Amino acid sequence: MRRILKYVMFDILRNRFVIGYCLFIMLITFGLLSLEEGSSKSTLSLLNIVLLVVPLISIVFATIHFYNSYEFMELLLSQPVRRSTILYSEYFGVSCSLSVAFAIGMGVPLIFLNQGLVSIYLLLSGIVLTFVFVSIALLGAVNSKDKARGIGTSLLLWFFFTAIYDGLVLLILFSFSDYPIEKYLLAFISLNPIDLARVAILLQMDTAVLMGYTGAVFSEFFNSWEGLLFSSGLLLLWAILPMLLTVRIFKRKDL
Amino acid sequence: MISVHNLHKSFGKLKVLDNVSINLEPGNVVALIGPNGSGKTTFIRSILGMVKPEQGSILYDGEEILNAWKYRKNIGYMPQLAKFPERIQIKELLDMMKDIRNNNNTDHIDEELIELFDLKKIYHKRTGTLSGGTKQKVSAALTFLFNPKVLILDEPTTGLDPVSAEILKNKITKEQAKGKLVLITSHILSDIEEVASHVMYLHEGKLEFVKSIEQLKMETKEISLNKAIVKIMQQKNK
Amino acid sequence: MILLKSKIFFLVLLLPCFVVAETIHVGTSYKYKTIKSAISHSKNNDTLLIHKGYYQEGTILIEKPLTIIGQNYPILDGLHKIEIISIKSDNVTISGLKLINSGKSDVYDLAAIRVYKNKNIKISDNELENNFFGIFLTKSDHCTITNNRLSSTEEKQNDSGNGIHLLYCSNILIENNHIAGHRDGIYFEFVTESIIQKNISEGNIRYGLHFMFSSDDVYQENTFRNNGAGVAVMFSFKVKMINNRYEHNWGASSYGLLLKEIRDGEITGNTFEKNTTGISMEGTTRITVSQNDFIQNGWGIRICGGCDQGIITKNNLIGNSFDVSTSGSTLSNDFTGNYWDKYMGYDLNKDGFGDTPFFPVNLSSIILERIPASLLFLHSFVLDLIDQSEKLLPQLIPQNIVDKKPILKKI
Repeated sequence: MRRILKYVMFDILRNRFVIGYCLFIMLITFGLLSLEEGSSKSTLSLLNIVLLVVPLISIVFATIHFYNSYEFMELLLSQPVRRSTILYSEYFGVSCSLSVAFAIGMGVPLIFLNQGLVSIYLLLSGIVLTFVFVSIALLGAVNSKDKARGIGTSLLLWFFFTAIYDGLVLLILFSFSDYPIEKYLLAFISLNPIDLARVAILLQMDTAVLMGYTGAVFSEFFNSWEGLLFSSGLLLLWAILPMLLTVRIFKRKDL
Repeated sequence: MISVHNLHKSFGKLKVLDNVSINLEPGNVVALIGPNGSGKTTFIRSILGMVKPEQGSILYDGEEILNAWKYRKNIGYMPQLAKFPERIQIKELLDMMKDIRNNNNTDHIDEELIELFDLKKIYHKRTGTLSGGTKQKVSAALTFLFNPKVLILDEPTTGLDPVSAEILKNKITKEQAKGKLVLITSHILSDIEEVASHVMYLHEGKLEFVKSIEQLKMETKEISLNKAIVKIMQQKNK
Repeated sequence: MILLKSKIFFLVLLLPCFVVAETIHVGTSYKYKTIKSAISHSKNNDTLLIHKGYYQEGTILIEKPLTIIGQNYPILDGLHKIEIISIKSDNVTISGLKLINSGKSDVYDLAAIRVYKNKNIKISDNELENNFFGIFLTKSDHCTITNNRLSSTEEKQNDSGNGIHLLYCSNILIENNHIAGHRDGIYFEFVTESIIQKNISEGNIRYGLHFMFSSDDVYQENTFRNNGAGVAVMFSFKVKMINNRYEHNWGASSYGLLLKEIRDGEITGNTFEKNTTGISMEGTTRITVSQNDFIQNGWGIRICGGCDQGIITKNNLIGNSFDVSTSGSTLSNDFTGNYWDKYMGYDLNKDGFGDTPFFPVNLSSIILERIPASLLFLHSFVLDLIDQSEKLLPQLIPQNIVDKKPILKKI
């Protein structure tokens, strides 16, 4: 595993994309933090990077990299190497290099310009979301042999988690606003990794407004140790489960 | 050494392998022949564990290979079309494979083909920039590099210039003499005639026969393998 | 001559005050061991100097003008049963005492210091701990309450009284006090022409400061932090609120400042920071909100209906989750000339004002009013998208809440 992981990382580093990604995030973060007056407005923009850009880059890059590594994987398959090893190497190779790029890109400006709990939450959420979306990307890619279709699927999945899902839940909220549906809201949010990360950061950022909701319940929950364990546990599940499923499918697949 | 029992495999409705059974023994060069789409490559990839059979079993030295992986250290595989990571140099590729196989013990490394194909000259070329033939050479060199007990060669001579093809054929014969099992597919029957000891004939997924070349020539009363095979094919089609 | 005579006569009249007034020491090593005995032997305008010690004598009733000064905070303990000091005379000064554990009662408003229908009472530099009511003035005027520290640890609203409680009073000065852990920090009911300044009121269960039926009062330079809600001004008029800080007043129905059924109020130079709601207005008439900072509140200003002729101008609204929200009814309030950090327009003609109007109520805040649960989708892509769509469908947001001349630089 360690050896193959080494070569996956090696390959990704040769491809300058990850370095570009790191610089891109760094530039934007520096720009936002130094240009925008008032840290809350720039924090909001950083939040959007974490919730939109990071998942998008992660899912698309992981998908493309999977298809581009097909030759390498085929080469490995005829070698005395476990299939799962190949896939886990791909997973950790891509997600580690992307999250390191992100952590440096956003972390360095934050250390200089905006230290605080919100910054820590932003960084952690970005890293976890990278793992989650690489995991989801591989699940999509392993199910389709065609590269174009695979990329299409990954874009669709990204759009689903960023927009469609929340739209549907909001629609349900509107339609059933007379019913005590709020109880189930927590479940709805738990089913979307982006929502989970967003709410976690929201609780640090917009505490004032969240306390206004009857759902001080929510903020109490998410700010308690149990809540923190619950939400980070769920996010970890989101990073692990698709990957386990991918390995299961990959093991049985004809290549 | 490798025994295949009642192997079935279909892709969708298409039956690619239909109840194939065979024992492959060391010291033989078995030529796997048959028309296009007869299931040759699928058969090979089944042995490598890349294709999962629906029924039947494949044993390597008496052990089931399904979901096993260690047995592959005894196999060298040269695919029909060599595919390598593109951004990597030949030297790096070879070193990487050595590293992945955890095989830095030089005793077991067989670099004869690297020498014969003169690959060291182009060691620092990236694999993505190589011509098809050169890729095949690299692929062949890689297949023999770890001195495996079994060699599986899928159309090894396609794309190779006559000199290189000759080198490869000599190498195959040499390895056979060491008591290795070679499984080879090719459409070039003259090549097969030069190197093979046995022929297994696949037709629409069915194993029609396995015979030694002498036996085959005797039965068809032909001198060349080429004509013998054509004769059999024509008989089948009638 | 006649003039001189009258002057002498006047001096003679004053004489007893100067000559007779004396200082009486109270303490274990002095003639008077108890405060009560000292008071009963005192004459008008005497000074009682209470030395450090522990006094537990039931309710101390003061019915003549006296100055009572504690040295090193002598402790007067009410043992959770009684009112500690009752003042029923004008011209009384209470200072330097430590008053603890007044009684609690559902029937009587027991307090550490109770003042009944008096003038010129001075209560200063006392420490009050764990009392039901702290300082309670009824029908009094021209009193000062300064430099006191009041705290209570009661957690239930019903078991807790107010820190400084004024009922039917006027011309009172409340300055430099620190009040924590009471029901309301400071409570005014039917109080007029009074000043509250430079106090800190924090961690109170209900309000930091509470006005009911009061008028012509000023409160300024106070800090209201972490209370159930910062300040509530209800059914009052002509109250001036100047240069106060309202911070961290968090909760489901919490706000920095609640205005309910008030008129002619002036809110100037205040800072509202990190409150669930900065100002919540309901039924206000002719209110001026100017030169205030609203920073990182959940809602900057919430207008709950029935608000009329309000002027909201020259305020900074920065980093609030929602700047302004409203629940429905149409209003006529003037929002001209504020700085909104959410304003995206330009000032191409360089007149200092944005060229396009700013509509501070966005669509998601309207959705939120209807479906509170949608709050959990704040900053989600979908809600941001909905807010963007209001530019395409402007009829969805209230057109009468508009800043026609938004300012581009912070004030």
